[in-house]
Amino acid sequence: MATLTKREPKEGSFWEVFKFKDLLAQLVQRDLKLKYRRSFLGYLWSILNPLLIMIIMSVVFSFLFQRGIEYFPIYLLTGRTMFEFVNHSCGKALGSITDNTTLLKKTYVSKFMFPMAKITSSMVDFVFSLGALVLVMAFFSIKDGVCLFSFMNLGFVIVVIEAYIFSMGLGFLLAQLHVFFRDIRYIYNAFTTMWLYCSAIFYDVGMFYERGAKQLAEGSMPYANYLAWVIENLNPLYIYIKQFRYFLWTPTLGGDIPYWAEINIYDFILGIAYALIMFFIGTYFFKRKQDKFILYI
Amino acid sequence: MENTTIISSPESEYIVDVDHLTIRFNKATEKIDNLKEYFIKLVKHELMFQEFLALKDVSLKIKKGEAWAIIGTNGSGKSTILKAISKILKPYKGTVTVNGSIASLIELSAGIDPRLTARENIYLNGCILGHTKKFIDEKFDDIVEFSELEDFLDSPVKNFSSGMKSRLGFSVATMVEPDILIVDEVLSVGDVLFRKKCMNKMNEMLSHGTTLLFVSHNMNTVRAMCDKALWLNKGEVVMQGDIKQVCDEYEATIGEKKAREKAERDKKAKELKKQAEEIAAKKRKRAQEQ
Repeated sequence: MATLTKREPKEGSFWEVFKFKDLLAQLVQRDLKLKYRRSFLGYLWSILNPLLIMIIMSVVFSFLFQRGIEYFPIYLLTGRTMFEFVNHSCGKALGSITDNTTLLKKTYVSKFMFPMAKITSSMVDFVFSLGALVLVMAFFSIKDGVCLFSFMNLGFVIVVIEAYIFSMGLGFLLAQLHVFFRDIRYIYNAFTTMWLYCSAIFYDVGMFYERGAKQLAEGSMPYANYLAWVIENLNPLYIYIKQFRYFLWTPTLGGDIPYWAEINIYDFILGIAYALIMFFIGTYFFKRKQDKFILYI
Repeated sequence: MENTTIISSPESEYIVDVDHLTIRFNKATEKIDNLKEYFIKLVKHELMFQEFLALKDVSLKIKKGEAWAIIGTNGSGKSTILKAISKILKPYKGTVTVNGSIASLIELSAGIDPRLTARENIYLNGCILGHTKKFIDEKFDDIVEFSELEDFLDSPVKNFSSGMKSRLGFSVATMVEPDILIVDEVLSVGDVLFRKKCMNKMNEMLSHGTTLLFVSHNMNTVRAMCDKALWLNKGEVVMQGDIKQVCDEYEATIGEKKAREKAERDKKAKELKKQAEEIAAKKRKRAQEQ
């Protein structure tokens, strides 16, 4: 109220969030504080949790899959951290409007704030959880006597920005739907299970291509190849995971990069395109429906 | 629906200009809030929109510095018009133009997160009201002093009494002198001393030229605080203008209504008495026969 400037964004548009940027900071702080309040290890859980899950999964999957992926714990952790970021942020954004009923009924605020705050706090969590990755990489560096860290690692920032924009789009869409249809949550939960298995977190896409080659040799349709194509081109989350691994896991291989982990400019264009399209769809529907929220919450 | 926007133009002579405002709700028999029911209703063609107009063609023009009372019985649309003015509800038809900052003292403890401490809630609620963190830093001591919660700043609000929560809410909402103050019968909470303190603060604001919008069922308070009144009944304006005229008329109507209701009650009571007498007579008769 004290800062009424000349050029204000139109009411209800996404750009209004900049007017409420201090509120965004407060909401993000609230999420983080509440998550770690009264827990003995506090922020350490962000590192410990992925670390423990990684150890369990590494043990299980090294028994299940015979094919060796080099530095499998790093491979697994990069994929899972990225997946959990998008999954968590969208899952939390989904309920963000319905959980803030009292605030929305009290005064006018940009409603975009609430999903955005959830996604931003998940991103902060995600950055903390990268500590687990650093620990694992340090462990293998010492064990194998080679430095697994490189300047390439810093490129992960690009992927985080892409995934952040994508999550915002999906988060806006889900939050808006959840106001009108409360069972969206269950549908989303089922959907993420499918998404998890389609994102090549504990297997590699090369597996499909080998199966496809076998199918071709047998003279049947190479279905596995089509599946691989779908994962690589139609699953934005895999595109982000692949990029993320390119910056964090691939450099540890020392130049011996498998063909399915190779990356080119096309992957980046596709990733950015998915992020922008999702963001556009999400904001469009959210903006159109936001005036009706008050009647349903 | 290009006429449903809220425009802020500094040139208007009115601080609040409600022009032919209509607010529509969906009064569906059952609330459909999940996909399963939605599709069942869709297939059975039961997805109809039952219109309910909470406000019908209401116009209200308020000049700076005026104190308006909004009166009417329950469900007459008083809170709805306040929500429309504070931009929480969007108009279905007509426009709402507001030229200034609003502080609404509607449901004071709403918006306070019980899991956070008082200190964190001051920042969160201040930001919700559109203040910057820097500004709240400056005002922080004043807010704490006014709310009298110095000793409880770092304890979670879930342990607070409802009076303490209202005190916190009031202090944050009035940290700046707004151009328009909206009060919706909130001051019934808290102890006598704090209620007086709130009243003083409100009067102080009014003397500085703040515009007041006041909703209350207490005619004495209304007459003391306001100089204009708007009388709503079932979403329609019955009368608006000078406080004395409107209040007199309102009380007369309410009095009439009450008298009518009383007459009806008396009539019913008489009938019941008659029935009771008949039953008693029958009983006596039966007793005699035996």
